[in-house]
Amino acid sequence: MAEEKKVVRKKIEAAVQMNRYMSDYFYELNEADKTRSRKIAWCTSVGPAEILRAMGFLVHFPENHGAMLGATRMATDMIPIANASGYSPEICSYLTADVGAYMKGVTPLSRAYPGIDRVPRPDVLVYNTNQCRDVQDWFAWYAAEFKVPLLGIHTHRGVKDVGDAHVASIASQMKALIPQLEAISGNKFDIDELRHVLTLSKECSSLWKKVLDTASAMPSPITFFDGTIHMGPAVVLRGTQTAVDYYNLLLAELNVRINNKVAAVEGERFRLYWDGMPVWGRLRDHSDLFAGAGVNVLASTYCNSWIFSAFDPEDTFNSMARAYTELFIVRADDAKEAYIRRMIEFFKVDGIIYHDAKTCPNNSNCRYGMPQRLEALTGVPSLTINGDLNDLRLVSDEQTKTNVEAFIEQLEEK
Amino acid sequence: MKDFQPVFAGIDVGASRTKAVILDCAQQIIGRAVVKSGTDFEAASHQCLTLALLMAGCTAEQIAKAMTTGYGRKNVAISQESKTEISCHARGCYYYFPQTITIIDIGGQDNKIIKLDESGKRLSFKMNRKCAAGTGAFLEEMSTRLDIPLENLDGLARQSMSMVELGSFCTVFSATEVLEKIRQGKKVPDIVKGLFFSVIKRVMEMDSLSEHVVMTGGVVAHNSYLVKMTEEMIGRRILVPDFPQLTGAIGAALYAQTIMNYEL
Ligand code: SF4
Repeated sequence: MAEEKKVVRKKIEAAVQMNRYMSDYFYELNEADKTRSRKIAWCTSVGPAEILRAMGFLVHFPENHGAMLGATRMATDMIPIANASGYSPEICSYLTADVGAYMKGVTPLSRAYPGIDRVPRPDVLVYNTNQCRDVQDWFAWYAAEFKVPLLGIHTHRGVKDVGDAHVASIASQMKALIPQLEAISGNKFDIDELRHVLTLSKECSSLWKKVLDTASAMPSPITFFDGTIHMGPAVVLRGTQTAVDYYNLLLAELNVRINNKVAAVEGERFRLYWDGMPVWGRLRDHSDLFAGAGVNVLASTYCNSWIFSAFDPEDTFNSMARAYTELFIVRADDAKEAYIRRMIEFFKVDGIIYHDAKTCPNNSNCRYGMPQRLEALTGVPSLTINGDLNDLRLVSDEQTKTNVEAFIEQLEEK
Repeated sequence: MKDFQPVFAGIDVGASRTKAVILDCAQQIIGRAVVKSGTDFEAASHQCLTLALLMAGCTAEQIAKAMTTGYGRKNVAISQESKTEISCHARGCYYYFPQTITIIDIGGQDNKIIKLDESGKRLSFKMNRKCAAGTGAFLEEMSTRLDIPLENLDGLARQSMSMVELGSFCTVFSATEVLEKIRQGKKVPDIVKGLFFSVIKRVMEMDSLSEHVVMTGGVVAHNSYLVKMTEEMIGRRILVPDFPQLTGAIGAALYAQTIMNYEL
């Protein structure tokens, strides 16, 4: 029988430390929730977390919780609960999984962190529509549920070049949040504190970039699948010293790998770029599928989303406005294409995998002819796989496997 | 008897049918068979290979190399070697038509569009999404609903004078639509032609076509009218290999031979 090869995964040692930091983060939030000793804000993952931290809030990120629901494969059972209450199976499956889990009274946090039995209750919810409209509706549901204020920033979408007018508009929306946040937190806004948080956030972002850039080494010391795990601190802890410490540690380990020519995927035969979201409930399977064939999916648009190069502590609001608008997901297709072309060259990739996630059109970049245009321009072949970030009812494992194997055979015959 | 002649076997374990082909050293097809895959892929592949060997007048010992492909390619013990059906269909079609081609394969449970350049190198491929709309499964379901044997569909479609077009993507909704058309008094041949048309439309949505188009797959093998309809739709002739259902198995056997030559 044509046996599948057993894949030996190379462990990243720093992960132990990351797990500790993540655990501290969740227990701190849980403590604040139980004792109401500190105010809690919920924030979108590419939202104005820095402002919230600078004003003394502890920050919970529902998208992170959504991803945990996906990774633990709880999501598929939770989504129908939200569907039944009017939230379509066609919309963001982070939203439906998260709301469904809340309705059922369960959370993956309880499995990972004994003693935590619920997500921390918010004092305020703050979204940024730079990524999609779903976050606004998602947070609105909780605002009604918890009867707490809902604040938001409405970002321009489909932006080709980020101009001063875009920046001015977002910066002023950010400033407009301050008086409301002061009232909720009971803390006076302090620009120096924001500068401090932004300095740490910038440092985290630039270290995270360096971590991801190690994948340009041949062989690459890291995979995209590692990236999706290790981006945790960049999402939930940026703006803290902890995140900076963590990425220094991780970067050092990866640099040692590079120096010793240690490959994340043994015998790296092909190097692929992943565009779109991961299929959280299939991270391990997908990682094994590629690694088993000696293929490293080593870089992605998704993990790069937490790089905010424009942050400037000397120009806080404008630079945050720019950084959060310059993100890939906010941009027009020409800007996105130029970006992916740079990535193809920088990471020296042999092919691109586009994940067409059914419930997230915002992160699925293969729906307006981009793969065809890029392939014509660069000659780098691509494969689109249909699936979803969280809803495994939309994932066909056999189809994915055959498609991926056929794509690798195509690369072999090149 | 060709007792001591080495031969090469290709077994395509499809979700619906298992196909086997025996090639001789001159790449001639000397044995072939098709059986239902059922639920026991191992038994089906064994039976299919035995039948193909019988036709070839060969024994299993003569098989110098075997290669499996298709949905169940990794579930059968016949061979250590497997390749995806995408690669094997491409190889099998190029064997018949060595030029720049677009292959449309309509199988029992999935459809593929594969593009090859003039040297046979694969440029791209697309498989249908999870949904079975536009595959053989759709026609099977409809034949059950209409209570018409599957093998009669082709003849019925040919009798159509005025095709009834169906609008839905979904197999289940299409079934409802078909019942509605029957209630409206539409003729069965016209509905069946509409079903064929719906299959073609689903496939055409998957990718663009190059100048030379090849059609393969079990659905094509048993419904040649589908090819004629597609020709009318795209306005040019379509190439169909001798055994449209066997191209995957032929490709697998050709790969087996290449590997053997390489190993020698
Ligand atoms: S970007 Fe996609 S996954 Fe993220 S919140 Fe919006 S719809 Fe959901």
